[in-house]
Amino acid sequence: MRETFVAGTTAILDDDPRTALVLADISAAAFEPARQRHPDRVLNVGIRESLLVGVAGGLAQTGLRPIAHTYAPFLVERAFEQIKLDFGNQDGHGVLVSVGASYDNAQAGRSHHAPGDVALIDTLPGWEIRVPGHPDEVDALLRQAVGGDGSVYLRLSTRGNDAAHAGTDGRLVPLRTGRRAVVVAVGPMLSAVLAATVGLDVTVAYTNTVRPFDAAGLRELAGAAGDTVVLVEPYLAGTSARVVDDALPDRPHRTLGLGVRRVDLHRFGTPADHDVAHGLTPDALRHAIADFAAR
Amino acid sequence: MTGDEKHEPSATSTLDVLWVLYDRVLRIDPDTVGDPARDRFLLSKGHGPAAYYAVLAAKGFFPPSWLDDFGSYDSPLGYHPDRTRLPGVEISSGSLGHGLPLGVGVALGLRAQGLADARTYVLVGDAELDEGSNHEAIAYAGATGLDSLTVLVVDNRSATHGWPGGIGARFAAHGWSSATVDGRDHRAIESALTTPLPGRPHVVVATVESKS
Repeated sequence: MRETFVAGTTAILDDDPRTALVLADISAAAFEPARQRHPDRVLNVGIRESLLVGVAGGLAQTGLRPIAHTYAPFLVERAFEQIKLDFGNQDGHGVLVSVGASYDNAQAGRSHHAPGDVALIDTLPGWEIRVPGHPDEVDALLRQAVGGDGSVYLRLSTRGNDAAHAGTDGRLVPLRTGRRAVVVAVGPMLSAVLAATVGLDVTVAYTNTVRPFDAAGLRELAGAAGDTVVLVEPYLAGTSARVVDDALPDRPHRTLGLGVRRVDLHRFGTPADHDVAHGLTPDALRHAIADFAAR
Repeated sequence: MTGDEKHEPSATSTLDVLWVLYDRVLRIDPDTVGDPARDRFLLSKGHGPAAYYAVLAAKGFFPPSWLDDFGSYDSPLGYHPDRTRLPGVEISSGSLGHGLPLGVGVALGLRAQGLADARTYVLVGDAELDEGSNHEAIAYAGATGLDSLTVLVVDNRSATHGWPGGIGARFAAHGWSSATVDGRDHRAIESALTTPLPGRPHVVVATVESKS
């Protein structure tokens, strides 16, 4: 996904003089050709993430469309107050693009893991949150984000599904139909969810857009599945539970939020090792989904 | 102004430099607040905005009668400025350490759009420089020769541990041009603000009476 992002952003910078890219060393080498062509609009501030977001906020105040990019924990967690104040409180807007996801670089340890990034951004009003599940989904999401005038968080990962399954309209995409529950797979979780639900009487719906969430689509799908909803998200478990409540305020419903657990494992290894620890393997998901749907 | 203003030393320390900025230096007035080529002034030290509001009102950015309602729910004048509520305010501030990084971005954005004559001024306090985000901005602006940026440090010696070696020296170490003036001397403030060195960002340290 990062390669797609680099290619897409480079092309956008070439085409649109209204755009600017701010980096904090991460991915700087990949953007060097773009920096050489647009030295005033491709800015590497060094390993200074607070400045990264502050500068992006300042660029927005002059009418430019900034894209700020670095590793997820440094972009969202370290610079969170800058996101809150230097964009939101200024009534300014831009595009944040992260790499690293929850634990793409599992061996690097907790400092490089960011399972809470989406939950943090979700505390801020008005942000769109896009979580592509395949490299082929990235370019369209990127272009829509940069071409708009709102604030967008685009969360890239080294992990993904076997194929692209959604565009940019933000709607839930039903891939299977069942009666016992609707299982919403977000971004890179889809392949695991499809494997986990083989033979289960559940609807599987995919999305790469969690804010704004397709509430109308969920109402329709949940209504045909006993208003039983399972969220499978590649970040903090339960992050989108509130949007399920918001979508179904007038109907009794049950919600199970699956995702990264609230625990610091103090472990390294591979992303697959962490999937095991967080119950996100197909087998673990199948057990959790089947058990919840049967209650 | 009425009510519990708070941060009175923070406000009174900035009154003279703010007046000089708006009266003699900044290329901005109530009729040009939307002009892309205007100078920008960013009050990073949003604490104690009473002086800022008074100067803006005196210069016609809003009616002086608004001052009477300072801090009330519907007033556009809060204890920290809100750019969405008050004409002429470039940034919302309050939390320290945001204005200078934002100012670097504003200066870069103006440069990228060919608005080379528009200068960006940021006012910070000496205590505010304790915030590490400022030093990210100071280092980067110096390294990149961002010479359309001027920082005005109002020094009332309120930083908890002070600035051994001097504030100007901290900026100069990163390639800034530096001047230190009496923060009550209008001519000296004007002269220092209007004589930056080409190729370097510029800092003016305006010393005023100690907060204590």
